[in-house]
Amino acid sequence: MAIVKVRDNFQQARWNEPLIYELSTSGLRGIIPPPVEEEIDSEAGDVFTALPDAVRRKSELGLPEIAQKQVLQHFLHLSQETSGANLNNDMVEGTCTMKYNPRLCEKLALEPDFADIHPDQDPDTVQGMLKIYYEFEKVVKAVSGMDKFSLQPGGGNHAVYTAASIARAYFEEKGEAEQRNEIITTIFSHPCDAAAPATAGYKVITVYPDEHGMPDLEAIKAAANEHTACIFMTNPEDIGIYNIHADEIVEALHAVGALCFYDQANANAFLGIARAREAGFDMCHFNVHKTFGTPHGGEGPACGALGVRDYLAKYLPVPTVEFDGDKYYFDYDKPDSIGKVREYIGQSAVVLKAYAWCKMMGPDYLKECAEISVINNNYMLNIMEKLNGVTHAFRDNGIVRQEQIRYSFEPLTEECGVGSDDMNRRMGDYGIPWFWASHYPWVIPEPMTIEPCESYTKEEIEEFCKVVEICMEEARKDPDKFKEAPFNTAMHKRLENGDLDDPEKWALSWKAYCRKHSK
Amino acid sequence: MKTIGLIINPVAGIGGKVGLKGSDGSETLKKALELGAVPESGKKALVALKKIKEVERDVTIYTYPGEMGEDICKEAGLDCRVIGEIRSGATGAADTKKAAKELAKYKPDLILFAGGDGTARDVLDAIGTEVPVLGIPTGCKIHSGVYALNPRSAGSLICDFAKDKIKSTKEAEVMDIDEDLFRQGEVRARLYGYLRVPNEKKRVQNLKSGRGHSEEGALDLAANYIVETMEPDTLYIIGTGSTTAFIMKKLGLPNTLLGADLVYNNAVVASDCTERQILGALNDYDKVKIIVTVIGGQGYIFGRGNQQISAEVIKRVGKENIIIVATEDKMMSMFGRPLYVDTGDEEVNAYLRGYMRVVMGYEKFIVARVSD
Repeated sequence: MAIVKVRDNFQQARWNEPLIYELSTSGLRGIIPPPVEEEIDSEAGDVFTALPDAVRRKSELGLPEIAQKQVLQHFLHLSQETSGANLNNDMVEGTCTMKYNPRLCEKLALEPDFADIHPDQDPDTVQGMLKIYYEFEKVVKAVSGMDKFSLQPGGGNHAVYTAASIARAYFEEKGEAEQRNEIITTIFSHPCDAAAPATAGYKVITVYPDEHGMPDLEAIKAAANEHTACIFMTNPEDIGIYNIHADEIVEALHAVGALCFYDQANANAFLGIARAREAGFDMCHFNVHKTFGTPHGGEGPACGALGVRDYLAKYLPVPTVEFDGDKYYFDYDKPDSIGKVREYIGQSAVVLKAYAWCKMMGPDYLKECAEISVINNNYMLNIMEKLNGVTHAFRDNGIVRQEQIRYSFEPLTEECGVGSDDMNRRMGDYGIPWFWASHYPWVIPEPMTIEPCESYTKEEIEEFCKVVEICMEEARKDPDKFKEAPFNTAMHKRLENGDLDDPEKWALSWKAYCRKHSK
Repeated sequence: MKTIGLIINPVAGIGGKVGLKGSDGSETLKKALELGAVPESGKKALVALKKIKEVERDVTIYTYPGEMGEDICKEAGLDCRVIGEIRSGATGAADTKKAAKELAKYKPDLILFAGGDGTARDVLDAIGTEVPVLGIPTGCKIHSGVYALNPRSAGSLICDFAKDKIKSTKEAEVMDIDEDLFRQGEVRARLYGYLRVPNEKKRVQNLKSGRGHSEEGALDLAANYIVETMEPDTLYIIGTGSTTAFIMKKLGLPNTLLGADLVYNNAVVASDCTERQILGALNDYDKVKIIVTVIGGQGYIFGRGNQQISAEVIKRVGKENIIIVATEDKMMSMFGRPLYVDTGDEEVNAYLRGYMRVVMGYEKFIVARVSD
């Protein structure tokens, strides 16, 4: 391998920035609006009397009082302390597909023709947006083979919850809802495949993998019975292994009368290569904000596109967007629908950006995107396998990895006591954002899950691996110092005194903080 | 400042290298020494003590003389206060027990001991759950859950304990393996009892704290599920262990920690039953279910610590009426390994082989492979 360039002089701003509430000075104003002109005042009268009692505040609004300059400065400081996909090498969020979001798509979303429309507008005035919904649905239908989609769910978990609700509606109609009160999932499926159906009222039966890291087909067969409503499974699973038995699993579940849901939150490994329909699934979903090139993270706007086969289409949330040959319209006429799962028709900005991305890519490049993702990942694996101190889940099982891999620093931990959390903090000093270790529970020890999708270059992959290598060398030389990292980033070492686990101490708002800490 | 009691069983593990599969009993020790075995327990424990040196300002160490602690403290450069007396070169189980009792009088925050399963039994006999303990694994047989993963992690754990980073303790199993049978190639274990150990998952099971439920919370949910789904007019055979004991507590019933109890319509109808008593009860009740937990680090559901629930009992109750309950932590710590059965009856072992559900929380199950 040629010499790898490493950005080893990274130095991030590290402000001990107070909370904006702590910067507040009573009476200080950022903006003082001019008094209302006399003419308007006399015309409008006392507008406050028109406000109904129910929406009137009874107490003062507790906002911070701070001048404009200090507000700007405060948020600039915070922005200097951030990292992310546009600034750093963000291939570290395995299972999340942090791909590049083309600026053009962002520009489209900012166009007033789109940004200024409102979901309550007459559909006749938003025909363009409705067309985009309609056309994007065609794309996800083609990619998955499903017959009908809802773009309403506001994210992957929400789509899984919607699928569980549809399964219930389906069995209610068959008179089997009470009997079928269990779902099956696998330990390396996304945890929402257990959590969302549990929220929808199902008992959760989880299955371990076999010795190769595949979901254990025999265990699934043993778990499936007349009580099973549905299996919720991810593929490839979180550890990057593609389940070649998917169709056999589907067959086993169908044999006991259950439905099959395919969690395709991360579909980057098989776009244009394999479809849920051919494997026999009844439902599937895409995280549009991952696979289809729209930004996500920080709980930002998301879209979980939920697709179903024709016999389940009548249960989908309302409305769907349809075309009568003349114009696009909202279809609420679905008496068997599970109803709305959120307001309006979902995150239109995400759909717009994803649609633009798909149109730019075209079918051939969608497929190429999957191929490059898998090649990138295996190129990285090839380098990582040569490093001492790191291994990966079910190594040497003879199965080619897909778009992501769950690595493990267990050998390093055994050697010098430095683990995944320590590596994570120190790699931050090289400008690598906090990597995704693993979903809970950590069954693969000292994990690190990496997904170098199609956006990353060979050089970036090499740089990342080099940083891993350098950090492991540092760890061996001085493990105690290493454990005090990071030194150059705004990130800090997590408190280990248990405060973060204590609901009496943590606070998600200033109000809660004041209450809990009697300020 | 934490007060730590330190006990080294200097002859722990001595039988291992000379193929004696254990060191319990003075005869074995004699034989081991004859075969040229060298006591290595102290040497292994030194790794932990050197780590503890890093927090020497935060700990006061009380220990026993010579090879039972004093020597190793000196070698690690640690100050210690020495109490008691020993006959150097001739220490045994009685000395471990005496040391534990004597050290407990100094009200230590924790007793750190180096040894194997036998040493853990001796500590349990001497002090029970009075004082939290932690084992440095230096013995031949480590089937008990009171030991750190290795001597270094024992040291790290004590460092965290000294710095007050570990706030709670939990009960861990002390297993009793019959060494004589073990030497003949047969593993016969029973659950001997419980000791209290620092509740630090990271060094024990590679699980992260602060995500999901705490182990106690998960156990509470699993126990609630079991209790809520118990059927009327059904005899429940409640197996051994602290997990099933927790269910009995939920039911508000007295429990035999290391024995099998029979429960019918929310009342105990027999306590600490023998196999014969259980078989007798099977004649009197139409519907019977068994509730067992996963015993020990090796993951046995039958044949370790609950031999009363015998092959014959299992055969008559039926596989479909067996309820297995274990916490998620326990199941995840055994990731990649099956649950085991060793009922002593090949036919029943084969009958249990395959897959069984384990209750891990409220309406939450895992399908585990069962092997023999």
